[in-house]
Amino acid sequence: MNQMPLFETPRLTVTEFTRRVRRLLEGDKALQDAWVQGEISNFSRPASGHLYFTLKDAGASLRCVMWKGDALRTRGMPLTDGISVEAHGKIGLYEPSGQYQLIVDILRPAGEGALYAEFMRLKAVLQSEGLFDPARKRPIPQFPHKIGIVTSATGAALRDMLNVLRRRLPLVEVMLAPSLVQGEEAPSALVAALQKLNTLYQPDVILLARGGGSIEDLWAFNDERVVRAVAGSAAPVITGVGHETDFTLVDFASDLRAPTPTAAAELATPITLDDLAYSLQSRLARLDEIIARQIAERRQGLTALDAALKYYSPARRLMTEQQRLDDLTRRMTRGLEARFALESAHLAGWRDRLESLNPLAVLRRGYAVVSRPEDGKVILTAQDAPAGSNLRIRLAEGSLDVNVIRNS
Amino acid sequence: MSSSKPIEEMTYEETFAELQAVVGALEGEGRPLDESIALYERGQTLARHCASLLEKAELKVRQLNGEAFQEEA
Repeated sequence: MNQMPLFETPRLTVTEFTRRVRRLLEGDKALQDAWVQGEISNFSRPASGHLYFTLKDAGASLRCVMWKGDALRTRGMPLTDGISVEAHGKIGLYEPSGQYQLIVDILRPAGEGALYAEFMRLKAVLQSEGLFDPARKRPIPQFPHKIGIVTSATGAALRDMLNVLRRRLPLVEVMLAPSLVQGEEAPSALVAALQKLNTLYQPDVILLARGGGSIEDLWAFNDERVVRAVAGSAAPVITGVGHETDFTLVDFASDLRAPTPTAAAELATPITLDDLAYSLQSRLARLDEIIARQIAERRQGLTALDAALKYYSPARRLMTEQQRLDDLTRRMTRGLEARFALESAHLAGWRDRLESLNPLAVLRRGYAVVSRPEDGKVILTAQDAPAGSNLRIRLAEGSLDVNVIRNS
Repeated sequence: MSSSKPIEEMTYEETFAELQAVVGALEGEGRPLDESIALYERGQTLARHCASLLEKAELKVRQLNGEAFQEEA
């Protein structure tokens, strides 16, 4: 018998003990990054948003918690007791209850794991063959004339793509190669549609599209035959499969991956009708501008030439001559006027001298001139005028006829 | 540069390419005026054709049915 010392002092508190267990568990790398498969039981989703459940199989059960942030990503997944899931997470120990538990960060329906493994295996194979090589990717034509579409003839994806094409570039011609897009038959139908489009229609670009769905719904787009057909397509291929977050293997093999069918149609028409109209408008404006400039240049040349012509024209010469004539006339007149002024000054001088000799001037001083009227002889001596004779006396103003009364 | 095709039969791209060529030619120097004006008029005609093609454009959708093309209703 193994004798326990009766009164040994306890060396660990519960907390300390639990911590040691916890460190031990958390020290195991495999338990920090584990995928566990099991069936859900005791599922609960309290108001906090965290998920609590137990995973169990035939032999054991495991308490699990999934925090609210990670739990949000399980939206749309049917989570109830009894369903099989695969949970990824790490070990944790909840000290208050001493319970170890799996802290789950990824939860997915069981079976997806197998699909995912196949996806990764095929992806690695095709990648090693160089099918996803960026150097293989062909440029998408800027201005396609013929667009081939491979999708379901009845799906919303087709309607969405046609709407986008009609709105963005109705100049294109669309050839639809209808195909199943899910189920067993889908891969071979997709391959046939791609091949027919390439051989019978030779489009500028092909849109390979499908609306959103579950990973199983989209599985045909991970099929090796489809991926190889996309990589081998004569025309460049734009894929738009599922939603933004869905990646399928055709997306890696295509020349351009679009997040959705709508986006694929947009990427296939980088130049829109509006762009064309704008570009046309600017060409037209340029045309007008050029011809207006050329005409303006010629008009300018013409104006200059016209000015030169006027400069050398006989009319201008005549005008010049006229001007010279006018000038001469003016100079002549001016000379004449000067001459005239000189002459009149001269004349005035002579006039003054003449005036000074005017006998009438003497008369104005009170003298008079006496003459005989018969012959006009000026009487200078009394002896020449006997009494009774008639005389004429010339005064400064007028003259008098007088009779000599007495001669003394 | 002027294609022999009647303009009504030219595609948008052909027409636009010729319009570009016309603009380019007009931009070159030393062309007689009557030639420039003829080019300008050709450019106008081309631009009008382009514009009407854009206006009238309607998405043409056909369907591959077996080995044959089929007009979509």
